[in-house]
Amino acid sequence: MNNFTFGRATDSSSALKLISTSPEHGTARFLAGGTNLIDLMREGIERPQSLVDITLLPLSEVQQLPDGDLRIGAMVRNSHLATNALVRERYPLLSQAILMGASAQLRNMATTGGNLMQRTRCYYFYEGAAACNKRVPGSGCDAMEGFNRIHAILGTSPQCIATHPSDMCVALAALDATVNITGSSGERRVAFTDFHRLPGDTPELDTNLQPEELITSIDLPASSAGLDSSYRKVRDRASYAFALVSVAAALKIDAGIICEIRLALGGVSHKPWRASVAEDLLRGKAPTRDNFAAAAAAELAPAIPRRNNAFKIELAKRTIALVLSELASGAGAAR
Amino acid sequence: MNPSISLKVNGLKRVLVIEARVSLLDALRDHLGLPGTKKGCAKGACGACTVLVDGERINSCLALAMQYEGREIVTIEGLADSGVLHPMQQAFIEHDGFQCGYCTPGQICSAVGMLREFRSGAPSAVTENAAASGELTDAELRERMSGNLCRCGAYVGIREAIQQVHGATKS
Repeated sequence: MNNFTFGRATDSSSALKLISTSPEHGTARFLAGGTNLIDLMREGIERPQSLVDITLLPLSEVQQLPDGDLRIGAMVRNSHLATNALVRERYPLLSQAILMGASAQLRNMATTGGNLMQRTRCYYFYEGAAACNKRVPGSGCDAMEGFNRIHAILGTSPQCIATHPSDMCVALAALDATVNITGSSGERRVAFTDFHRLPGDTPELDTNLQPEELITSIDLPASSAGLDSSYRKVRDRASYAFALVSVAAALKIDAGIICEIRLALGGVSHKPWRASVAEDLLRGKAPTRDNFAAAAAAELAPAIPRRNNAFKIELAKRTIALVLSELASGAGAAR
Repeated sequence: MNPSISLKVNGLKRVLVIEARVSLLDALRDHLGLPGTKKGCAKGACGACTVLVDGERINSCLALAMQYEGREIVTIEGLADSGVLHPMQQAFIEHDGFQCGYCTPGQICSAVGMLREFRSGAPSAVTENAAASGELTDAELRERMSGNLCRCGAYVGIREAIQQVHGATKS
């Protein structure tokens, strides 16, 4: 690992000041739980000249806002968020998704903001000898014709077929969360589904966070609370493995008709994939297995498989239909 | 010039001068003479480096020592009390919870942290409705300990040891 200067900020403004005045500040990074950044630095993938530790920032609270929304501070650790009573009562989908990610040790370290900033676990991104447009723009992509069983099928580009690794973010995409951001030019709010990017021609950019901007909190809307919900993760091991496919679903059925539906997929794209095609097809329809299967098929219709990952298309369709059917029948809900 | 930091390890304040890039794991092993904590994968995948910070288990390989100034760090060397082994250490011996022993310090620290989490009502991925049931089933135990690998496969003894401590101390 390269050496670097290290500063500790105690509030957001001192963090922004420290990072903008750090040596070679274009390469500087905020450091939170470190579970991904330290690993990437040890592998030589990230080589910041400065780190600004933000774990002391007063952003460790989960608060109820006056309008009924829930605000999650960016430094709330994943284990604390999954255990939080308000989250478990109102947004059990989020708790469930977090607990299916990583290990207990990592969840004790990793933060809410850091979880959004995780980089892909594509092996070619991690391997310095491989061609990777995300790591070295324009160098090519060895995953395209390589071992691509874990890679993306939706929203891919000829430049990159990496997936976003987070479980938590799939739940946040389904729950219509908002990301609160601060920077030298002020504060702004970004819809969660607009926070992460598709690879396009700039796969080196994972998110729309600008350099030296800082995530301060995530808001969950009151309108997403109290839905029947479920997170299903399909993976190679029963625990402590990244998703091949995951499904976050929330449903409200009234008089035999689906009046509200939220559906997001993990393990299939460069960003947490909000399945709005399927949602639009199902809203106002009867919650039948056939309708669920048809909506899943429509969502996956644009999928582009590579040599080893075509199975994900069928796996995603079946998992969507299963999770929605279980929710509709009252079985398998997280609450 | 390297910065000087002060760490609280096993109840003692320790001052050390290190580069910013030194991990908590390397600080413990190479700078503080505490080699009980083991370096396995050095990428947060195996759990051999697990230590307790303010009572919570973390992977010390992914932690920079600088970030842990002022926190209460406990390693395997700090679990025994005045020469008497911690109940979890004793139980690992009684149940052969190891073969080569390399993962053992991490397993034991992780198990101590896990029981604390379990008793505080922390949910897990296997507990239905994401709520603690109160009963530490073997499925619960496996899920909650999945961050600690044992390549000798001593899981049977590890599970028995943890269950013994849980059974002996639950209220």
